Amino acid sequence: MDLQTLTYLVVGASFALYIGIAIWARAGSTSDFYVAGGGVHPVTNGMATAADWMSAASFISMAGLIANMGYGGSLFLMGWTGGYVILAMWLAPYLRKFGKFTVPQFIGDRFYSKSASTVAVICLLTASLTYVIGQMTGVGVAFSRFLGVSNETGIYLGMAIVFAYAVFGGMKGITYTQVAQYCVLILAYTIPAIFISLNLTGSFLPQLGLGGTLVGTDTTLLERLNQVVVDLGFAEYTTSVPGSKLNMFVYTVSLMIGTAGLPHVIIRFFTVPKVADARYSAGWALVFIAILYTTAPAVAAMAKYNLHKTVNVAIESNGDLYATESAIKYDERPDWMARWEKTGLLKWEDKNGDGRIQYYNDKTKNADVAAKAEQAGWKGSELTVNADIMVMANPEIAMLPNWVIALVAAGGVAAALSTAAGLLLAISSAVSHDLVKNVFAPNMSDKNELMVGKIAMAVAIVIAGWLGLNPPGFAAGTVALAFGIAASSLFPAIMMGIFSKKMNKEGAIAGMLSGLFVTLFYVFAHKGIFFIKGTDFVDMIGGPNAFFGITPEAFGAIGAVVNFIVAFAVDKVTKEPPEHIQHLVEEVRIPRGSKAVDGAH
Amino acid sequence: MENNSAAGYWKATLGLLTKIMVVWFLVSYGAGILFADALNSIHLGGYPLGFWFAQQGSIYVFIALIFFYAKKMSEIDRKFDVHEE
Repeated sequence: MDLQTLTYLVVGASFALYIGIAIWARAGSTSDFYVAGGGVHPVTNGMATAADWMSAASFISMAGLIANMGYGGSLFLMGWTGGYVILAMWLAPYLRKFGKFTVPQFIGDRFYSKSASTVAVICLLTASLTYVIGQMTGVGVAFSRFLGVSNETGIYLGMAIVFAYAVFGGMKGITYTQVAQYCVLILAYTIPAIFISLNLTGSFLPQLGLGGTLVGTDTTLLERLNQVVVDLGFAEYTTSVPGSKLNMFVYTVSLMIGTAGLPHVIIRFFTVPKVADARYSAGWALVFIAILYTTAPAVAAMAKYNLHKTVNVAIESNGDLYATESAIKYDERPDWMARWEKTGLLKWEDKNGDGRIQYYNDKTKNADVAAKAEQAGWKGSELTVNADIMVMANPEIAMLPNWVIALVAAGGVAAALSTAAGLLLAISSAVSHDLVKNVFAPNMSDKNELMVGKIAMAVAIVIAGWLGLNPPGFAAGTVALAFGIAASSLFPAIMMGIFSKKMNKEGAIAGMLSGLFVTLFYVFAHKGIFFIKGTDFVDMIGGPNAFFGITPEAFGAIGAVVNFIVAFAVDKVTKEPPEHIQHLVEEVRIPRGSKAVDGAH
Repeated sequence: MENNSAAGYWKATLGLLTKIMVVWFLVSYGAGILFADALNSIHLGGYPLGFWFAQQGSIYVFIALIFFYAKKMSEIDRKFDVHEE
């Protein structure tokens, strides 16, 4: 059977599985639709949380970025897992005790103010919408390859399918569908990784393979990879940092606290039966997330090595990388390259007109490399590989069997769909419940509330899809921006709501607004106002990364600091919160007396 | 039940959080970023140690920390008699 047919079959079968489970689970559980986790074991709930959490950014994009960034890519690994420690200890158990269904509800009640809750909705919408843009970028990659069409067409088709999927409704709310999605996603990620690790290092576990020795040699994989990339003018793999150590540090902080401030993650912990379960549930979620996150760096390094090995045959034979015959002929390139060229995400341009593919860093500062390239008659790197295709193309690069390639397509589609749909549901409930019903039309009927929610979803998906056509960065980079926004606005407000009895509404509102504003200002300066191309004003702030070399993706941590400072300053000069609110905070801090979550105000 | 008060419970909770956050900081920001270059001279199999902490080790420690926290908190809950059920 040819690859395209097999891919349709596997992706189709995975869809049939999710829909089947949704229908089966729905029959018995309409009543406790929102309390999906009630009566579900913490392990199962952890698995569902992991599926919800691991989006196109984790599945499709992250390993590609690590491959590009080398050691520096660790910031995604540490940032997106370390945040769970903060979430489990600082927020989850207390928010569970508080017993409301959305983040704006918590902020509105704790800070005894509808304005606070409205500001929280604005922060939530900004973060979620940015997140969806990143997802749509990933959806474009998955669908363009899966259907063999251009990236743009892939995004349009993806938009339609995500919309249908989200409106079909509650799909996401049903824990067992997510468990199935987790299984598809994790198998799709680990099976090719195991094959590749076995091929390259003879080690069954990719986590050991990354630290292993290349088969048939006594050189370790990382050592050889370092040699190859340095010889081709790239930065050394195991030590390269993004800009500076300071930027890496701040970037990691931003991702960690952003994890703890993202509404669709927090919501998962509102739905477990007990406070104690909220603590364990975060642990189990992290176990299931870690299976992918500890595999990803192996996928990254191995994919990078395999890619170089494919286009430059001297790497395997340990010969001269700059010899004429080392670069492969374009006409003899492997099929996978031709398949990805169709999507426009992989490009070859014959700069020196010799019909061969030269792939190296033509902007290298290494004079030795530049001289060698010059001497070999290389006129610039001829291959452009979009980082987002690395994971999807990985099994093809390693020449694994077709069923593995088809499985990865199904995994990519599952990851992109589940999180995009989850975020759209978060956006729709924020708009319909926390904004329109709470502020503008308190007497709105349930039916109208649902309608408003669906309209909000449709608007969000059109905006996200349109911006996804010209994304502000790779999927994982765009998603990192969303984390920065959550980190600078929502996280400090929630944390102060629990850990400071005296924090008042004026402080919280001023903090959220200033954190959000500072972060958006810095991000928009680099990426354009509301991410619209051509509206960036980076010169006005003194050039790119003007603030101590910190990149916009990392700026959320600075925004959070501004948020805290402004909040405490304003809190000092305004009157303290009423007595009953201070009691409420004391009440939230102890587990006893927790009751089932209710969505009512 | 030597100190059955909300203040004592909160103090015990914050004490546990501080201890855990110190370890959390040391494995990620410490070993993974600030001291990574120094640690890279030590090898763990084919891994330079700083690189290993950044891409593998910190994640394993994070998992252990959450389960340790959940277990210790249950004990603290019981000690101050604020546990559920």
